[in-house]
Amino acid sequence: MAIKTFREALNEALREEMQRDKRVFLIGEDIAGGMGGHEGAPGSSGGMLGVTKGLYQEFGPNRVIDTPISESAIMGAAAGAALAGMRPVAEMMFMDFFGVCFDQIYNQAAKFRYMFGGQSSTPMVIRGMVGAGFGSAAQHSQALWPIFTHIPGLKVALPSCPADAKGLLISAIRDQDPVIFLEHKVLYDTKGEVPDGDYATPFGVANVTRDGEDVTIVAFGRMVLLANEVADKLAGEISVEVVDPRTTSPLDTEVIIESVECTGKLLVVDEASPMCNLASEVISVVAIHAIGALRAAPIKLSPPHTPVPAAPNLERLYIPSVAQIEEAVRRLHATG
Amino acid sequence: MDKTGALSAYRTMRRIREFETRISKEFAAGTVPGMTHLYIGQEAVAAGICHELTNEDYIASTHRGHGHSIAKGCDIGAMALELFRKAGGICKGKGGSMHIADISKGMLGANAIVGGAPPLAGGAALAIKIRGQRNVAVAFLGDGAANQGTTLEAMNFAVALNLPLVFAIESNGYGEHTLASYAAPGDLTERAAAFGMHAEKVDGTDFFAVHDAMTRAIERAHSGNGPSAIECVAKRWHGHFEGDPQLYRPKGEVDSLRKTEDPLKKFRAVAQKKKLGSKKEYDQIDEEVRDEVAQAVEFALAAPQPDASELLTDVYATY
Repeated sequence: MAIKTFREALNEALREEMQRDKRVFLIGEDIAGGMGGHEGAPGSSGGMLGVTKGLYQEFGPNRVIDTPISESAIMGAAAGAALAGMRPVAEMMFMDFFGVCFDQIYNQAAKFRYMFGGQSSTPMVIRGMVGAGFGSAAQHSQALWPIFTHIPGLKVALPSCPADAKGLLISAIRDQDPVIFLEHKVLYDTKGEVPDGDYATPFGVANVTRDGEDVTIVAFGRMVLLANEVADKLAGEISVEVVDPRTTSPLDTEVIIESVECTGKLLVVDEASPMCNLASEVISVVAIHAIGALRAAPIKLSPPHTPVPAAPNLERLYIPSVAQIEEAVRRLHATG
Repeated sequence: MDKTGALSAYRTMRRIREFETRISKEFAAGTVPGMTHLYIGQEAVAAGICHELTNEDYIASTHRGHGHSIAKGCDIGAMALELFRKAGGICKGKGGSMHIADISKGMLGANAIVGGAPPLAGGAALAIKIRGQRNVAVAFLGDGAANQGTTLEAMNFAVALNLPLVFAIESNGYGEHTLASYAAPGDLTERAAAFGMHAEKVDGTDFFAVHDAMTRAIERAHSGNGPSAIECVAKRWHGHFEGDPQLYRPKGEVDSLRKTEDPLKKFRAVAQKKKLGSKKEYDQIDEEVRDEVAQAVEFALAAPQPDASELLTDVYATY
């Protein structure tokens, strides 16, 4: 066990899986970094996200493949190679760019297993950076996981800490189905303990990051860190349980329901736009399966239904905050 | 090409013609659910492109994919079951006409999205390249798909990554109901060549011309010389879909195609001249294929529908 950054944990997962399985290869824009330039350029940067740094030197141009800026061609290459027996990991840089190649994701890769009657597997991982916080505006800051969670055939992982970043990415690479793997841009330099070697964090198993009895917070991705902060701050005053589902598809509804049955109070924090987001889904699940346990109306904390603004002050207002989470917890605690 | 090869190529073309002629009748009779797009008139393209391919070579197909499927070795019985959405279909009745696939044969699927296949074929070609295999992948696409960004991306991608990929462009005259001369006004062979790959245009009703061009493309791919494009010109005889009134088509065009552009008649004429089998041998293939298709269709018509439990299977490997 060592302290590592989220970015280092991802790099370690890629390196170890590529060493373990020669079918695993990486494809994307600038992931080798500097192809066609001077000799020392490839591998030196690890691309826009820095996650693939050094992998070109270790695995060479056949397994760390830079492409033209052609998202549909990249996504099709990953899906076609997966059908043909490889295990591609495609880096799409910003999740916002998934829009350029949506057909290859939801009409092609997601559908093959069912549409072809179970004769094929499409074991591919699509990595993308998500979330607001860097003043990058409406086309570089979105949290679009509800769209992909909606589609049968896709799985969606949303790690919140370095240990899960590595364990969930290993699971994603070993999965027989296409996985959307989302990395919050604010998390890359966060640090945490990361177990050494080979471990796979299972999909559909929530992590209870704080135990508590008074209020349940279900939070996704980066919002888990904010929820933990509030739980720690209120310790001794209000006992807050924080549930990190880790994957939105499959979604661990069991742990959520158990927690709400204990606390009777539910706050869901989701950085995705509010219409049909994961907060809506969690509240719906609880309403169907545990409405009798609720002692207060659930609170849904999401951004307003607007694109992400560029101005830092507006962006701060847009993203759910620690203050809003604390206020919601206090309000729930005071009710019922 | 020797006599065995010629007889085999002709059998492929006859299978496509017979299978689809029967499916057309069944569609008119109301026994085929959903949409069906027929390939009749273009048989020499599928047969010519696929003739030298093995199960380790890949193709990605189109919504007009029955011909490609048959030419790549998909079982006609399982295809008939699939078209009628029956249990035992090649995709368990869950794909239908536009999603025929047999991964074990290197047939990566018909595709209901125009321009869906070229990026996928790029992936199959990439897999071949990474594994260092001596194989090729083929992207079938129509003149309609030639205008999709996905096709253009896949072409540039294939050249940039030097992939063992062949773009088989089927210029069949129409993209849905719109004439290719309107929607794809440039020359598609020149368009492909502009990406920096070898591209040539052939008569798509001439099996031997298609086959020769494909043999050259395979040789280029095997030698590490990257992708090629073959534009095969052959008009379709049927509508965009079965039931299409085809008000856009000039009167008499199909009759004229039947008389002068029939790929099977052309094949037999050449085969006779080159002494690649007797009339009797070709007639016998016609007869055998008639029986084969009739049996496949009768069996499929009588077969049960998929079990209700199939609704929920094959969404994920595990969940």
